[in-house]
Amino acid sequence: MTSSNGSSSANRIFSQAAKPKPLNAFSAAMALGWRALLKIKHVPFQLFDVTVFPLMMTLMFTYLFGGALAGSPREYIQYLLPGILVQTILFITVYTGVGLNTDISKGIYDRFRSMPIWPSAPVFGALMGDILRYSIAAIMVLGLGFVLGFRPQGGLGGVILAVLLVQIFASSLAWIWIIVGMLVKSPESVMTTSFLFLFPLTFASNVFVDPATMPGWLQAFVSVNPVTHLANSSRGLMHGQPDIGSMVWVLVATAIITAIFAPIALRMYHRER
Amino acid sequence: MNYAIETTDLRKSFAQTRAVDGISLTVAQGSVYGLLGPNGAGKTTTVRLLATLLAPTGGSARVLGHDLLTEPAIIRSKVSLTGQFASVDEDLTGTENLVLLCRLLGHSWRGAKQRAAELLEAFDLAEAAGRQARTYSGGMRRRLDIAASLIVTPEILFLDEPTTGLDPRSRNQVWDMVRDIAAMGTTVLLTTQYLEEADQLADRLAVIDHGKVIAEGTSRELKASVGSGTLKIHLQQAAQRQAAEILLQSLTGGQSQATTEGLSVQVSDTAHAMQVLHALNNAEIAVAEFSLGSPSLDEVFFALTGKPQTEEEVAA
Repeated sequence: MTSSNGSSSANRIFSQAAKPKPLNAFSAAMALGWRALLKIKHVPFQLFDVTVFPLMMTLMFTYLFGGALAGSPREYIQYLLPGILVQTILFITVYTGVGLNTDISKGIYDRFRSMPIWPSAPVFGALMGDILRYSIAAIMVLGLGFVLGFRPQGGLGGVILAVLLVQIFASSLAWIWIIVGMLVKSPESVMTTSFLFLFPLTFASNVFVDPATMPGWLQAFVSVNPVTHLANSSRGLMHGQPDIGSMVWVLVATAIITAIFAPIALRMYHRER
Repeated sequence: MNYAIETTDLRKSFAQTRAVDGISLTVAQGSVYGLLGPNGAGKTTTVRLLATLLAPTGGSARVLGHDLLTEPAIIRSKVSLTGQFASVDEDLTGTENLVLLCRLLGHSWRGAKQRAAELLEAFDLAEAAGRQARTYSGGMRRRLDIAASLIVTPEILFLDEPTTGLDPRSRNQVWDMVRDIAAMGTTVLLTTQYLEEADQLADRLAVIDHGKVIAEGTSRELKASVGSGTLKIHLQQAAQRQAAEILLQSLTGGQSQATTEGLSVQVSDTAHAMQVLHALNNAEIAVAEFSLGSPSLDEVFFALTGKPQTEEEVAA
């Protein structure tokens, strides 16, 4: 056997310090949230590829259809923008599932699981990182809106409340994509599967147009679609006329979705594979 | 208690397969133990069971004196696992990967940065510390992965095929590291498909096939049952082949195998190989080329089971 040339470093390989106590649940989730933050820094594209689409829609709808739909592009953007904010943030929720799927296929999941930390910390850490991601996207959408002439009557406070409400709902939706992320094979399939639901959900709503001219069966769906109520709430808050009914609807939907899907997602996450 | 790992009839079944089918073994504290076997033999499942990532479907095991079924959390705090695929976050830099894991293991942010820098230095990754792990070579990723397993000195380190897919230089680096780690007193359980690796590193090894231990012992004991190696001979004149075959059979007592390039025969040691070559020379059978190699995993399997690995097993 050859003598080891690494032995000079052997004393550095081993920690001289006393073994630290593993992190508590909250700090562990925070540390994993930091990881999500680093990913935004290193792979900003992950934020832009899903944000670019709603931004394009904003431009297209405002200038192509704005005049026809609301008299002028400037008037239409007052209606559209709070809804586009909803669509943008809901699209980004898919990344929670994509990220989890990647972690499992790359073996990082095994690494976390074999560590003496709170087992759910990686999921909550990812969700915390996502909330930051939602906020960045919201700023982008609102920035573009402002340039195009969006002037919220509800002021900054109204806008912030609207963004918060959308984020709360988005976090509940993320649980569903976490489940999808654990069921399908590749990150690409997580995207495809999730958008199969998200496209109809966000388009068959009142995000883009008033449903008054839609056929009856579609109106029926639009009126129970949580996205419609979320868009209503967002509009109400941004324009200073809070729609309490819709807001309650959104909060109830959030609670129901979370109550159903979070336990399933966590149970699946902890199941061995 | 001087066993780091003790398993009794350990079993794990998945839907249709019995991946681990009654494994009983003991690993002495501070030793390097090798699990040798082809793909799909049950090596990875065994390691994942012992690292508490899977729950056994039968049998029992004690890891560092703790019961696998009832005390997985305690075991988890004392062992580290380096999986088969380098489990580093490719989007993060080497430093960030380690800082995150240091932090999760309880280091303060400052302590985490310090420990990460120490490990990157020790694993020869200091220069690449600020680069995203996706730009790393296979060997660098593996070193980062092993470094991550040593943030807090584990009492047992599980290494699942630590050198599969690495070039010879990186493989040697990993071997040196494993020796260093063992020298500091950590018990190492490693899986490998390469007999040479098990031979180089492991104090004892178990050969696994179809989820069962088919041989157990030191590398020397195992080799004694297989023969130290294969002498491959390439003749200058094809016409002398038959004469050579007869001579080889009389000298080794075993059937020589015809290969596309020439003949191969099992020998017990180097002296024996010399003797064979000498005899060929005396018989004026000219040898163009010869080589002496350790027995391959195939040959070990052939010697132990009397059958070569089937295609299906290799592909599994």
